[in-house]
Amino acid sequence: MSKYLIDKFLFTIDRDPGLVERYRDDPAGTVAWWEAEQANQILNCIAGEATTWLSFTEEERDALSVQDHVALFQLGAHPFLTLTLWIAMFERDYPEPLSMQRDYGARLAHFNLPYPDITT
Amino acid sequence: MAELVAILATTHHPFFYATSKLPPDQAPPFAAEWVRKVEAYRETLTRARPDVLVMVGSDHFHQLWLDNMPQFLVGKAPFYDANYYNEEREFGLPKLLLTGHEELSGHILRAGLDAGFDFAFSNELRVDHSITCPIFTVRPQNDLPVVPIYTNIFAPPLPRPERFVKLGQALREIIDGWPSDLRVAVIGTGHLSLELGGPRQFGEHGPDPEFDARAVEWIGNGDLDAVLANVTLDSLHSPGNATHGFMDFMLMMGVAGYSKADYVDNLDLFHTMEAYFTWYPNGTRGFADV
Repeated sequence: MSKYLIDKFLFTIDRDPGLVERYRDDPAGTVAWWEAEQANQILNCIAGEATTWLSFTEEERDALSVQDHVALFQLGAHPFLTLTLWIAMFERDYPEPLSMQRDYGARLAHFNLPYPDITT
Repeated sequence: MAELVAILATTHHPFFYATSKLPPDQAPPFAAEWVRKVEAYRETLTRARPDVLVMVGSDHFHQLWLDNMPQFLVGKAPFYDANYYNEEREFGLPKLLLTGHEELSGHILRAGLDAGFDFAFSNELRVDHSITCPIFTVRPQNDLPVVPIYTNIFAPPLPRPERFVKLGQALREIIDGWPSDLRVAVIGTGHLSLELGGPRQFGEHGPDPEFDARAVEWIGNGDLDAVLANVTLDSLHSPGNATHGFMDFMLMMGVAGYSKADYVDNLDLFHTMEAYFTWYPNGTRGFADV
């Protein structure tokens, strides 16, 4: 399990307008590029002083590559990060205000308390 | 010594700013009442004539990240840029520049460290909507220096609720002991029951109206014993998966002590309940209308 790395992906994509569009348009390609080029960058260090050991599990890579927010919830991704990025990518595709957010919640309706642990 | 003239504890709702700017024919039906309530709440700060604001909020994964996550952080800088691209994108919040008050920041850091709170600090902090929402609601002219204090209600493991209350109690002593002739207000924002990114989000009300009603009673009555008897880190999962933001209200209850609030109001909205509380811990001497 690398919940931290899922969260790091969601965080670094969400804060960059260009990457939000890139992930919307090419999910699997963006995940592959990010894992190869970005996953081990320490955000407050220069490029040469990177981490050497971070990678996704197959399950995590698949969930991000097909943009499956239900699977990400099950894996313990931080729900605020997932929701915020999903609103940025997909709210525009829904006709009514908040209909995207309600659909997003309805797809999670089978989860009961306690929800999957988000502790990293 | 400095005078603590007002304590404000409120929800922070990032949609208020954009909603309040809509022309009446485009505004949702609840907008007019929401604006009225916020304007009435604003007056509870204005009349206290504060000189400096201590502002308690929580970064939403903007500047603070999981590779280096503080539990409690005090800003110490001459200025604070504010709001982020994704807040402009999602909520329509404009960028702001807040002025800092480094002397009070330094006092809070020194006295807090000496009192057993090992604060992190930041000399270059861009604050987010947890700090700017109350600027938009209760001080829209943004003309006062601030000291931002961030708490971690967001990235577990979190401090326990008792710790938030104790920090609030310590802040009260620290501000009361500040050698200054300035009038200080403390403004803290959090949440009642709230679900974000889970199955109970964006409903007709907050996810747990019963919790919200009890919470308004606890806060309004200054009932620290009841809130501490009923709220734990584990119990806060039940009202909604983002309800740990309620611990910022508990911190503010610690600042206020065992005192009934002088002003209590709330507004039931879709998705979440708004709530507004003000205490005047030293009476209303020197207020604009007294």
